[in-house]
Amino acid sequence: MHELAITQSMLDLVLKQAGEAEAGKVGKISLVIGEMTGVVPRSVGFYFEFLAKGTPAEGAALNFKVIPATARCRDCAKEFELGEFDWTCPHCQSNNIEIIGGKELFVESIEVE
Amino acid sequence: MEIKVVKDILGANDRIARKNRQLFDGNKVFVVNVMASPGAGKTSVIMETIKRLKGKTGVGVVEGDISSSLDAEAISKEDVPVVQINTGGECHLDANMTAIALGDLPLKDIDLLLIENVGNLVCPAEFALGEDIKVLISSTPEGDDKPFKYPLMFHEADVVLINKIDLLPYLKFDVDAFSKTIQGINRKVKIFPVSCTTGQGIEAWVSWLLERMGKS
Repeated sequence: MHELAITQSMLDLVLKQAGEAEAGKVGKISLVIGEMTGVVPRSVGFYFEFLAKGTPAEGAALNFKVIPATARCRDCAKEFELGEFDWTCPHCQSNNIEIIGGKELFVESIEVE
Repeated sequence: MEIKVVKDILGANDRIARKNRQLFDGNKVFVVNVMASPGAGKTSVIMETIKRLKGKTGVGVVEGDISSSLDAEAISKEDVPVVQINTGGECHLDANMTAIALGDLPLKDIDLLLIENVGNLVCPAEFALGEDIKVLISSTPEGDDKPFKYPLMFHEADVVLINKIDLLPYLKFDVDAFSKTIQGINRKVKIFPVSCTTGQGIEAWVSWLLERMGKS
């Protein structure tokens, strides 16, 4: 649902970076998206196609690195991926956990010509 | 040529949110971002909160909806300044929409600004508005599995109000298990079970809010 606004922000950021590099064309955009953000890569691709039309990023390939929701147990210090309906540590069953991955939402790099 | 970027996609929103925050701080306004799914009771909680704060503190309201001004009309009956934002399809408020709405509010007369976000448990969690705290209202008929389905929202919330607790006798909603799940991933969270129908728990929430504002 929020992909339209997020894709527009992403495109603005990419075009600014490309402009600063005096690039005529953006060939590839590498994105890092945490699972917890609920951002759907396919949706981003869909919006990107029409938002980027007529800009130097038109036709750029999107590369998504999806980071799973990951936690660290505050009791036994082990790291694990969050279960769908279980947020306890699989090693010691504690529910005292800290989210350490899965909230990412950034542009890692772009390839320009 | 590859260019390393490593910049947050929502960095532009965050920058505007920081500007909003400066404006709020400059006017000594405490700002609450109220989030929930549609029908959880955002407007009801805001109305109950206003009723208990009348005469104690100056309250203002921003109403965010995709369309209509029904909620703003209901709240204006409480005789507090209210501004409606219609997002025109966007499923959340963002910092820029908030900034525009602020021009229509008498910030100097407001101590507490309640911003009712668009009913949605996904997108509002991503977009900072410049708020001091995020309050999530989760109502008992929605079920106690919501934290697992919308982890970011429950992770980001400073306060969770479990609304409609008057309905607990009719529902399978385990308040303790629900609270424990949230507290497991969110150490800062304060949880208040409330009912806007019976008024139960509202006093505890409002007292906490006043204390957090430094007004008790």
